[in-house]
Amino acid sequence: MEGKTLILEPGALRAFLMGRDERIKTLEISLARPGESVRMICVKDVIAPWWKMGDFQSGAGRLQVLRNCAVVTCGRIVGFQEGIIDMSGPGALYSPFAGTINIVLEVEVVAGLSPHAHEEVLREAGLAAATFAGQPLRDVEADEILTWPSEADSSMFSHLPRVAYLYPLLSQGLLHDTYVLGENANAGLPRLISPAQLLDGAIISGNCVSACDKNTTYHHQHNPILHELCREHGQSLNFVGTVITHEPTRLAAKEAAAAGASELIRSLAPDGVIISKEGFGNPDTDQMMLIRTLEQAGIKTVALTDEYAGPDGCSQSLADVTAEADAMISVGNANERIVLPPMQRIYGPVKDLNKLAGACPQGLRQDGSLEIELQGIMGATNQLGFQPLRCREV
Amino acid sequence: MMSDRYRIIHCLNQFFGGLGGETEAGLAPVLQKGSRGPGQLLERLFPGAEIAATLICGDNYMATNTETALEEALSLLAPYFTGAEAERPSLLMAGPAFAAGRYGIACGAICQAIAERFGIPALTGMFPENPAVSLYRKEVLIVRTAQDVMGMEAALRDMASLAGKLLRREEILPEQDNYLVQGRRRNVFDPETGARRAVRMLLQKMRHEPFVSEYAMPTFDRVTPAAPVADMGKVRLALVTSGGIVPQGNPDRIQAASAQSFGTYPLKGLSALSSVTHQSVHGGYDPTWANADPNRVLPLDAVRELETEGAFGSLHEFYYATVGNATSVAMARSFGREIAQRLLADGVQAVILTST
Amino acid sequence: MVKEIERAGIPVVHACSIVPISLTVGSNRILPTIAIPHPFGDPEMGLAEEKGLRRALVEKGLKALATGIEGQTVFS
Repeated sequence: MEGKTLILEPGALRAFLMGRDERIKTLEISLARPGESVRMICVKDVIAPWWKMGDFQSGAGRLQVLRNCAVVTCGRIVGFQEGIIDMSGPGALYSPFAGTINIVLEVEVVAGLSPHAHEEVLREAGLAAATFAGQPLRDVEADEILTWPSEADSSMFSHLPRVAYLYPLLSQGLLHDTYVLGENANAGLPRLISPAQLLDGAIISGNCVSACDKNTTYHHQHNPILHELCREHGQSLNFVGTVITHEPTRLAAKEAAAAGASELIRSLAPDGVIISKEGFGNPDTDQMMLIRTLEQAGIKTVALTDEYAGPDGCSQSLADVTAEADAMISVGNANERIVLPPMQRIYGPVKDLNKLAGACPQGLRQDGSLEIELQGIMGATNQLGFQPLRCREV
Repeated sequence: MMSDRYRIIHCLNQFFGGLGGETEAGLAPVLQKGSRGPGQLLERLFPGAEIAATLICGDNYMATNTETALEEALSLLAPYFTGAEAERPSLLMAGPAFAAGRYGIACGAICQAIAERFGIPALTGMFPENPAVSLYRKEVLIVRTAQDVMGMEAALRDMASLAGKLLRREEILPEQDNYLVQGRRRNVFDPETGARRAVRMLLQKMRHEPFVSEYAMPTFDRVTPAAPVADMGKVRLALVTSGGIVPQGNPDRIQAASAQSFGTYPLKGLSALSSVTHQSVHGGYDPTWANADPNRVLPLDAVRELETEGAFGSLHEFYYATVGNATSVAMARSFGREIAQRLLADGVQAVILTST
Repeated sequence: MVKEIERAGIPVVHACSIVPISLTVGSNRILPTIAIPHPFGDPEMGLAEEKGLRRALVEKGLKALATGIEGQTVFS
C-alpha cells in the first residue's frame, strides 16, 4: 500500500497463485479500470478483496474493506453461462463491475479436468487472489467504520414494524452451487444466520447461472438488501433476522424448503419479509411458493425478480406466478437486446464468445461489435436489487 | 434531410367521413384527397402535418369483412407508397373511435395492416373500454380518449402530440403521452436500486399505504366451462340477448348505448317475434333488418320449432335483453350476475346468448 | 354477461358474429353467426331459406350446449 493506494505486483500474485494450484496451466493478470475500452468475457466470478483483522470468528471482529476494487476471474467456458463486463460504452451502464478497478485473472487449466474441477480451480484462484490483494489492508487505517446491528438491539425498537429477510441461494449441483461458511449450500438449509456473518463473507458463489442474475461472491459480500435493512434498522423498521434457504431441483424438495424456510421466518414473528432470488425458471416456483405460504400466514411480502419477457417484451415474464404476489420489484427484462461496440482490449477466451448465454447466433459482427441479450452481462438484472434497472409496462 | 412537413393518411368511418349515418355502414373503402371532418381540426392542431388523403370505410363493412376490406383499403393506398420518397406518407392516423366498437375494430385493423404492409407508424384513439382496445392495443398505439365525440379536440391534440414524437423518433411512455399500455415490458433506469425500492414497497405495504407492484401478475379472467347438458330432451333453455330486442315501445327505456339496465320480457304464448310485437333499440348497428324481423337477432321462431319437435325440453317463459353498445365491462358483469341469479332461481339449465 | 352466467354453473353458448371479441372476453362455447345487424338471418335470402339458416344455427347452438369442452371452443 502507498497511502490509500494498493500497489499490486503482478509477478508476485502470479507466483502465489501458480504455486498453490498445479492445475493452473497458464495465468494472465491485467488491470481494467472504469472508462477504459476493455471487455472481459467468460467471466466466472467477481470477488472483493477484504482482510479480516485478528482471529475472530465469522460475524465478529473487524473486516477491512477495499472499496472500488474487485478480482475478476475469466477462463474457458465451463457452463455456457459465464458473462461479459464492459468497462465503457452502453454495456457499462448495466454492470456494477464497470465501476470497480478490476484485477483480471485469465486462467487456463491443464487438460483433462472435469467441469467441476475446472470450476473449482477458478473459484479458488479468485478467492486466493482476493486474499492476496486484501492482505495489505491489515496495516491501513479505515476511512469509515460501519457497525452491523446485533440481535440484542431488536428489543429496543418494538414500536417499529418487524422485518425479516429471506435469502434463497441457488444450490443445484453441477456448476449451480453456493457455499455457506465453506460448506455446500445443498445441505443444512434453510437456516437462520446473522447479517453480520453474511456481510463478513459467509457466502461464496460457485455457480454458472446466466450472468445477469448470478449472485457473484461480490454481490453476496455487498448484499444490498442487508445494507438497506441495516441502514433502516431503528429508523423506519426493526430488522429481526435473516433466513437463508436453497432452490433445489425436485418439486418435493422445493415444497419442503418452502415449508421449512417459512417456519423459520415465522419464528422471527415479522410483519413483513423481503424475498430475493437467484436464477430464473424453476427458482420462480420456489419464490412463488414462499410468497404464497408467507402471505397465507399473514406476513406481508415483497419479492425481487427479473423477467424473461422476450426481446420484444411481449411474452409472459415468469415461469410461475401466484395471485398472492402482489408486491413485486422487477429488476429488468433479461431478454432485452443491446449492441456492444468493439473494444480495444479483450480479456478472456474470445473463441467462446458466441457460446455465452444471451449471445445471438450471429451476435459477433465483423467490426467486433456484439449484439447480446442483457442476460450475458454480469449482474445486469441482479435479484438482490443491486442495480437501478427496472422493467415496466409500456 | 427529413422535411418538417409530414404527409399523413387519415382514416375515418362513413359518419365522420361525411358519407352518411348508420344506413351507409355497409360502405366499402373509398379514398378522398385531403382532409375530411375531424381531419381539418387535426391539421390545425398538428403544425407541419398535411393530410394527403382520407380513407373512409363503413363500420359494418370493415367489421364483418375485415380481410376483404383491408385488402381493398391497402390497394387504394398503395399508389401513395410507390411514388417519390418525398411524397410518401410518413404516418397513418385513424379515428378517434371513442367507445364505438365497430369503428374501433376498423381503426385498429387498418393501423395494424398499414404498419405491416408499408412500414410506417400508425396510431388511433379510443375510450379504454372500447372492445377493440383488447384486440389491438398490443400491436397498435391507441391514445386514451373520452367516451364520445365531446372529447374530440382533446383526443386529436393527444394524437397529434404522440404522432409528432413518433415521427421525430423520440421516446414515448404511456402516462406522459396518454396512450394505452400495450402490455409490453421495457427496461428503464430507476433513480433507486431494486433493494431500496423493495424496502420502501414493504414499508408501504405494511402501513397499508398504496403502492404499485412493478410486475402485476398476469390476470387470467377465465371461467371454467360449465358441464354440458346431459339430457337435451329435458333441459330448460333460456334466451338472453345483448342485441337490444325489446317489446315494441321499449317499456323499460333501455338505452341505445351505455345501457344502465336490462329488461325481463315474457315469451309465453309467443311462437315467433314480429315487427308488430318487438323492435331493436340497439344504437350500434343498423336496425333495419332486426326491426323487420326481430327473429334475426333473437331467433324465437326457430327455437320454438325445435322445442315442438323435442330437440330440447322446454323454453323458459322469459327472455332477458340489454344493449351491448359501449357498455362497460363492470356493467355487463353486474347484468350477468343478476340474470344468472334469476335463471338459477327459475331452474334454467342452459342458455343461448345472442350478440350483435 | 356470458362469463357470469357460466360462473353460476349454467352452460351458455355465445352466438355472435365477431368471434375474436368473444374469445378475448372469455366466452367458452362460441357460435359464429352471420353478421352484426342480423346474426340469425340473411335478408338477401328468401324467407324460407333464411328460416332454414336460422334453424341450423340454433341446432348448432344446442349441440354446443351438449358438448363437453376443456377450454374456449368455437363451434363453426
